[in-house]
Amino acid sequence: MTKEEDRNAVIKLTNLCTHYGDVLALDDINLTVYEKEILVVMGHSGSGKSTLFKNVLGLMQHSSGTMEVLGKDLSKLNKKSLYDLRRNIGVAFQNGALFSSLTVRENVELPLHEHTKLDNSTIQIMTRMKLGLMNLADHEDLMPAQLSGGMLKRAGLARAVVMDPKLLFFDEPSAGLDPVTSAQLDTLILQLRDALNMTIVIITHEMESAFHVADRITVLDKGKQIVTGTKDEIRLCEDERIVNMLNRVSAIKEVDGDDYIRRLTE
Amino acid sequence: MMILTAIADYIIDQIERIGRSGIFLVNGLWKIVAPPYRINPIIKQLHFIGARSLLVILVSGVFVGMVVALQFYDTLLRFGSVALLGSAVGLSLIRELGPVLTALIIIGRAGSAICAEISIMRNEQQIDALECMAIDPYKHLIAPRLLAALISMPILTAIFILVGIFGGYFVGVILFGVSPGSYLGGMYDSVLWRDIFMGSMKSFFFGLIMIWVATSKGYHLHLEKGGAHGSEGVSKVTTDAVVLSSITVLFADYIISAIIL
Repeated sequence: MTKEEDRNAVIKLTNLCTHYGDVLALDDINLTVYEKEILVVMGHSGSGKSTLFKNVLGLMQHSSGTMEVLGKDLSKLNKKSLYDLRRNIGVAFQNGALFSSLTVRENVELPLHEHTKLDNSTIQIMTRMKLGLMNLADHEDLMPAQLSGGMLKRAGLARAVVMDPKLLFFDEPSAGLDPVTSAQLDTLILQLRDALNMTIVIITHEMESAFHVADRITVLDKGKQIVTGTKDEIRLCEDERIVNMLNRVSAIKEVDGDDYIRRLTE
Repeated sequence: MMILTAIADYIIDQIERIGRSGIFLVNGLWKIVAPPYRINPIIKQLHFIGARSLLVILVSGVFVGMVVALQFYDTLLRFGSVALLGSAVGLSLIRELGPVLTALIIIGRAGSAICAEISIMRNEQQIDALECMAIDPYKHLIAPRLLAALISMPILTAIFILVGIFGGYFVGVILFGVSPGSYLGGMYDSVLWRDIFMGSMKSFFFGLIMIWVATSKGYHLHLEKGGAHGSEGVSKVTTDAVVLSSITVLFADYIISAIIL
């Protein structure tokens, strides 16, 4: 791996702060994602992962700081420029977010129909290639309601990469999946990065998955960025929250059963 | 002081909603005329709002026409004016009952379904997915539904009125023996272009209200005060959409009548 300064930054967040009403959801985030790396954003529920995801995609306004994505300052983009930028970004949602009235193939074809002037047969070939990559070639005519959780995620992923984006976001790839399917999906993500040369940002709270696929990991807690580093750097981090996370110790104090019952009956 | 604050919050919230819905409508209407033009989504919505509502409109229209004729026949008989039956049935259907009842039926059948569909899409991040794919949700989701409702509603209203007149003919002429000439001739003489214009205007604006409220409520599900998420949120906004659009249609009915008469 070359030095960080020598690599191109695909995402650069500087002093990013975001509020939900009066609540500070993201507090002074500074993060750079480099070309062709897989960065995993980790944290407990409510740590600000999803807010960060929405900010970087321009789905939500930030309060202060700057966000550069693929060389564009998001705060300076009008709607048309933002849409132009998004054509180079693929997003795979946690539950797939497939359109329930369309088949798997129609879902994957949709961005190609909207943004290219390719003829139908070319679009079908490109769609089948991506579905084949996801092991969904035999399921292209099924409706989303007929798919399993893992298949939904893979179909969502096929739609996200059908335009060969430079940058891919994947929200909670392992959530709700059994360990075997989760591991298969992780392998698929690594294959995608190698085959399509994408920069990938994954948001997850699943540690095994994160350590399997990540080049670097960022850990958020209560809207703050605790640490960003390679897997080894994270393992060696002495911050109590990281140590607890690695040791799977809950942030909530253990409940003393007798004490709990005594307080309830007092 | 607490009460004043609550009232102020409520007023601000309502102003915000109205503003949001107004911008939503302008955006939706603009996307109807803005390129690119795609016919398939419009045909799909015309089929859903128009063609699939046909049976319920036909059945309702016949029975409404029959009951209107029955009521008018009984009343006119007391005054010895049964010859006016055709005029009474025609005018009441064209000016009032046709547009209003068609709108209420379509609100219940299509408006509620459209609101539920769009709010589920919002809930399941499908609208976010469209945004992320650089596909304009207004162009893709809202504009075809708006246009289809604006086309369908006047046609469905015309069909409702037509079958209502034949329902009235069946009761008045076939069951009670009113002469066909006086039924149809009286209607022809008394119905003016102004009445047809009023019925047309009402059906157009009722269609606009129905689809505006249904799509806007569903689209803004996530912005509902106090949170409206999951199946309960979908159920809440759908109920709100049906109630609000029904009341707005009845209010608009009075306003349009008052302006034209």
